[in-house]
Amino acid sequence: MRKYLSFFRLRFSMGLQYRTAALAGITTQFFWGAMEIMVFKAFYEAEPESFPMTFEATVSYIWLQQAFLAFFAAWMIENEIFDAIMDGNIAYELCRPIGIYHMWFSRSLANRLSRALLRCFPILLIAAMLPAPYGLHGPQSMLRLLVSLLTMALGLLVTVAFCMLIYSLTFFTVSPKGLQILFTSAVEFLSGGVIPLPFFPERIQRIMELLPFASMQNVPLRIYGGSMWGREAVNAVCLQCIWLVVLIAGGSSLCRYAEKKVTIQGG
Amino acid sequence: MITMENVCKSYRIAKRNAGFKEACKSLFHREYEEIHALKDVSFTINDGEMVGYIGPNGAGKSSTIKILSGILTPDGGRCYVDGRVPWKDRIRHVSEIGVVFGQRSQLWWDVPVIDSFELLKDIYSIPHRVYQSNLDELTELLGLGELLRSPARQLSLGQRMRCEIAASLLHSPRILFLDEPTIGLDAVSKLAVREFIRGQNEKHGTTVILTTHDMQDIEALTKRIILIGKGQILLDGTLEDIKKGDGNIDETVAELYRTYEI
Repeated sequence: MRKYLSFFRLRFSMGLQYRTAALAGITTQFFWGAMEIMVFKAFYEAEPESFPMTFEATVSYIWLQQAFLAFFAAWMIENEIFDAIMDGNIAYELCRPIGIYHMWFSRSLANRLSRALLRCFPILLIAAMLPAPYGLHGPQSMLRLLVSLLTMALGLLVTVAFCMLIYSLTFFTVSPKGLQILFTSAVEFLSGGVIPLPFFPERIQRIMELLPFASMQNVPLRIYGGSMWGREAVNAVCLQCIWLVVLIAGGSSLCRYAEKKVTIQGG
Repeated sequence: MITMENVCKSYRIAKRNAGFKEACKSLFHREYEEIHALKDVSFTINDGEMVGYIGPNGAGKSSTIKILSGILTPDGGRCYVDGRVPWKDRIRHVSEIGVVFGQRSQLWWDVPVIDSFELLKDIYSIPHRVYQSNLDELTELLGLGELLRSPARQLSLGQRMRCEIAASLLHSPRILFLDEPTIGLDAVSKLAVREFIRGQNEKHGTTVILTTHDMQDIEALTKRIILIGKGQILLDGTLEDIKKGDGNIDETVAELYRTYEI
């Protein structure tokens, strides 16, 4: 365990040193969030009743999404792992007395955590200070806040576990680009990264909510915002746990299989 | 002890001629060529030996090292390192060996070298006392000093190489595989690295297998050499065996390659 913690620590401290990137990220996320809210505002003004979420819930969904973008954005996948697979530096990683899957898992987790930690506070702070319908409202209850945090942690783990699948598949291809584009856009769309899932037609939505993608950002952002609670929330948490187990089991066996098959070329 | 018995490994390589037409053709029909990187390779290396593993480009040197370090599974044959099958018992195996791939890097690019070392300390579960004394020894012998505090990306090739070698030795491995460890080193560093490897062997009885194109490395370090060409072991003997008269070592080896037509 100590090995993985140490891995986590190094990746984490490495992530903390990119200060300019964090500043640029904060600015981008802030403007992106503001723009999205303005677009939604225009729609809501036309016909507020026809929307599945209240405007306040949508706004807090967007702000939380922007603040914790690094937790859930599939495109923030770790390129260094792809590089290691592509250029063969993975030869060294295979020479370590440590499981590849666990090592990369702790590394990706640390990467996302460090990025989010640098970026989330300024965005949350500014969003909370904005005037009423446009700002991030406080938690509706203590319980709701705690459940949001729990599901956020689960959602982060599901996202990392899903990215691990992509890394493992990269072993079998010459270039990771194709897989990366395919999967990251699928995740972005199906997880509610573009628009929240309740905005999809009901039938499609019912299927989408069962997919692993809905177990990422969809759950915590909606629970905090208020558009998901009660029985629905309990089901969502169970589904998150199930997907987490399935994805980890699938990813780690795929990774073990790849380890045996891998050929380090050149050198 | 390291034993390899009749180890074989082949790769499938897609080949085509130059040109656009050929590229289009290969969209529909691909020609593959089976390359036998290793054919029936057998040898035994005893504890505490230093062996030079030489051969021309593409002879199968790196493939052998990869198999011995457990990151490549051969197609056939048997291989034991201290009684372990490297690729089957990878995690236990690699904690006992140290590997330097001269072509690759194991240091974390954006953080000071010492951070990478600390990580290795935890990965290999090196006790603090052992780590500290190894680090002190390596720092002095390889002249690392201030280098440890700079990020790996800002080191020159030779400086980085010295750090890489140090990184591979922190856990006091019993066996050391060096795949072209003196690439890019200046004269001083080269001498330091050689001196250091010899010292490790004398003091700790470390088994060393060295592949290199620098014949001075071989001359300075190893008594025994194994010559591989086209995937086969062609010669296993001492340096004196191949030396005729007092010719230059590079010429002797080139002559050797010519006689075996490799």
